[in-house]
Amino acid sequence: MTDRTSLAEICISASSKAWKGDGEILATGIGLIPRIAAGLAKLTCNTDLMMTDGETFLISKPVPMGARDASEDLIEGYMSYSRVFKNLWAGQRHAMVTPTQIDSFGQTNISSIGDYDQPKVQLLGVRGFPGNFISHKNSIFIPNHSVKTFVKGEVDMVSGMGYKNDHSRTGMPDIKLVVTNLGVFDFNGPNHQLQLLSLHPGVSIDDVLINTGFEIAVQSEDETRAPSAEELKCIREVLDPSNIRNTIFGE
Amino acid sequence: MDKVLTHQAFINQLSDGMTIGIGGWGARRKPMSLIRAICQSDLTDLTLVSYGGPDVGLLCAHQKVKKLIFGFVSLDMIPLDAHFRKARQNAEIEVMELDEGMVQWGLRAAAMNLSFLPTRIGQGTDVLKHNPEIKFITSPYSDQEKFVAMPALHLDIALLHVNKSDQKGNTQIFGPDPFFDEMFARAATKTFVSSEEVVPTKDLGGKEGAIFNRFERSLVSGVVHAPCGAHPTSCAPNYGFDLEHLKAYSAAAKSFDEYSNKFLTGTPAQYIEAVGGAAAINKIPLPQF
Repeated sequence: MTDRTSLAEICISASSKAWKGDGEILATGIGLIPRIAAGLAKLTCNTDLMMTDGETFLISKPVPMGARDASEDLIEGYMSYSRVFKNLWAGQRHAMVTPTQIDSFGQTNISSIGDYDQPKVQLLGVRGFPGNFISHKNSIFIPNHSVKTFVKGEVDMVSGMGYKNDHSRTGMPDIKLVVTNLGVFDFNGPNHQLQLLSLHPGVSIDDVLINTGFEIAVQSEDETRAPSAEELKCIREVLDPSNIRNTIFGE
Repeated sequence: MDKVLTHQAFINQLSDGMTIGIGGWGARRKPMSLIRAICQSDLTDLTLVSYGGPDVGLLCAHQKVKKLIFGFVSLDMIPLDAHFRKARQNAEIEVMELDEGMVQWGLRAAAMNLSFLPTRIGQGTDVLKHNPEIKFITSPYSDQEKFVAMPALHLDIALLHVNKSDQKGNTQIFGPDPFFDEMFARAATKTFVSSEEVVPTKDLGGKEGAIFNRFERSLVSGVVHAPCGAHPTSCAPNYGFDLEHLKAYSAAAKSFDEYSNKFLTGTPAQYIEAVGGAAAINKIPLPQF
């Protein structure tokens, strides 16, 4: 393994900060980078997090990527799908997810692309996005930051609600952090505008602006903080010893 | 009391245009032998309610589906179902696309004999735009909040796959997650289960076994003995999902006849042999995530 810090590792470290300060809630990272990031958060910035084995049981230590001896898992509780819904409807979860499209309002789409009655590309369906985004905190990881993912106008099928209207009487989304292959963002710009918090090494502000289909605010053009030695040790030795993470960007 | 019946006798209980709820979740514990029986039948114009996996895809591939009520269709390790995608992208089926929790709420409302249950879910999303039949209700209490009134999803039939059953329909699900099978059973006029094993009541394991009885037998109209009946989906703890077969199934979206002739024209027993035999299926490890 090279000592050079990879882009995947930078994204994992940045994403893990999403759960900082959340306290004793359920962390769900869906997909490669979000899952390792949730595990890293549990090992570093928020050790109180609850987390599952990817199926039905709550575990005390994040399960590593790749094949493992599951009899080694330290199981501490039960989390069936039925219980996940009860937990999330009460706002006791923070998920990190990867929508196919996101727009300037923070609306997200995992359902379908193109005309709804005859989609150009049928994706998963809205899954739990409508319930998740109105019920609890979410963060977003986008591995391919482009005008196709950060779309002009609105996403084709709004699956997760955004800040488009004043939903203050019916529930509001709470999008904490947006991490992409280019930088780190949040929706805390003026009127919940997407704003740049930092750029990954070697990425320019123009790279971000060209690849985003709408106007963004810029809070900082600082370089994204490199993972600490402790974080790299957790990622490389505990959470992803077989180095599956670096497949995401072909590193 | 003997509710055990054959696949054919089960088919005889169904009719065209029915609304059928299917238990399990994605590629997990789907009543696939019952689904294959429907595929072989003359039944048509079905409305499905499902946390969808290859159950939905296979019925789409056989043009059995008029309308799908769903939150997702996925094969887990293979994120998208090729047959469902094809049906949608060719505009072959109607859809009522809902949040996963709204599906649960609709089933629960039907189970409780209510016309709807209130929820915040759906607000601010295109789920409401594409389902204009979903109405709102304002709280009569001081909060005055405007809720989505998720309508009851009444089922004519629920189809479930379980690990063990007796002749009376006392079923047991040993997988750690029973998913929402209970809600499907309660939302349905009739529930048919396929079961890995059918045993005398005395062999259900007493009190320890009864903990795995997720709903009462009065909800069960028929029991079909179907060893490996969830294949190619998983049936914990007996067997995991058959990823290689799911790949072949997915590839068949391009040339369905070959797959169909190889696997779907025979009896349930012939299907099990064609996919490698019961011994091999029972050795498929449970997936790790």
